[in-house]
Amino acid sequence: MAKRIAILGGGTAGTTLANRLARQLSHEIRKGEAEVLLISNTDRHIYQPGYLFVAFNEKPLDHFIRPQKSLVHRLVTMVYDDVEKIDVEKKELLSKRNRYAYDYLVIATGSYPDFDAVPGMKEITYNFYTPEGAEKLRDRLATFEGGKIMIVIDVPHKCPAAPLEVTLMLDDYFRRRNMRDKVELLYTYPIGRIHSLQPVADWALPEFEKRNIQYETYFNMESIDPEKKTVNTMDGAEHPFDLLISIPAHKGAPVVLNSGLGDESGFIPTDRYTLKMVGHDDVYVIGDATNLPISKAGSTAHYESETLTHNLISRIRGLPETKLYDGRVACFLENSLGDASFIIFDYNHPPKPADTSELIHWFKAMYNELYWLTARGLM
Amino acid sequence: MSEVTKKVDARGSFCPGPLMELIKAVKGSQVGDVIEVLSSDAGSAKDIPEWVKKMGHEMVYSEKEGDYWKIAVRKMK
Repeated sequence: MAKRIAILGGGTAGTTLANRLARQLSHEIRKGEAEVLLISNTDRHIYQPGYLFVAFNEKPLDHFIRPQKSLVHRLVTMVYDDVEKIDVEKKELLSKRNRYAYDYLVIATGSYPDFDAVPGMKEITYNFYTPEGAEKLRDRLATFEGGKIMIVIDVPHKCPAAPLEVTLMLDDYFRRRNMRDKVELLYTYPIGRIHSLQPVADWALPEFEKRNIQYETYFNMESIDPEKKTVNTMDGAEHPFDLLISIPAHKGAPVVLNSGLGDESGFIPTDRYTLKMVGHDDVYVIGDATNLPISKAGSTAHYESETLTHNLISRIRGLPETKLYDGRVACFLENSLGDASFIIFDYNHPPKPADTSELIHWFKAMYNELYWLTARGLM
Repeated sequence: MSEVTKKVDARGSFCPGPLMELIKAVKGSQVGDVIEVLSSDAGSAKDIPEWVKKMGHEMVYSEKEGDYWKIAVRKMK
């Protein structure tokens, strides 16, 4: 009887892990001793960092989407289904039409933007966190004739660097269109500096000052008034805008919330080193679905998949698990449409932004094309 | 000492960082709840009280335990 590893979720985390496992367990899979089952609720695979480039009309949305089947290794059992319940006691996943038993489960169900978390947000806001949002923002920016653009941030959110990046890129976008003098840019952040990471705040602040990007710290949203076009903060102040770009709070997947496995936001309590769901030896969590206090980003999922691939293969082969995840995350930091910086850090080593250069931006642009090798488990 | 309602282990968190983890926890709590955050970042001992004061919440305690800080905040509104 094959030992079944079920991976729920076909985003970066789930697809990368399934492909790595299938490649390295090919002998066991062919002999019928192991099975890698990947269940996704969509047959499209989206490279989400591409949204930022869609918004600035650098590339069309289609450029960042591929059919899931084109990315999945032939030894992965790929299923498209909408799982509604995870039963960790009976060790099974339930959809309307099927029941999937498993020996080991990996929950890779991601995170979702919640535009209902702040009253008024969904009525008037633009965003680059959904495919539709990125295209709508692209069209709005293309026809924007001038005024005040405000960037507001709710927590927790995916890719903590993106709010800074979009602001710096907006500055460059309007400069390149010879209309920067018609645009007022106001970036806001909930704590006392412009990014939670002190080294990243120190990297961006001189750029803000040099490029006349205004900012307001300790900015904690309470509501948005779509009629008056104001953002209302917890200190009772009203902040007017012409165009509002929101970084929405994120929450866990509906299946996690429905199964009662997560915290109040639907993120699953996860051991920071073994990536096991707390209290469950046969359930692992990877990518945005965890409650770990680290960046919800593709690179996090990528590094986590290295740990899980190794440990799951060990379990299939009857060996002890020996790899621990060290908290590694890597992020590009776009400084404009033409240059960028880069950071890498883990639980024990704080980041130090690399010198901003065109070369790093070029590497980011190349990675946007190379991503598909990551998803295939090859890089 | 007030009873802690929710604990957040943000040790080793550089990004988004302990304060952002605390903000997330405060958002999901009720008025009167006490949230305790563990942080290995020395900056938290300064960052967190500043944010708490600015937002009108209340510091319950801030103490160093070995190589990390244990900071508790009461949600006031």
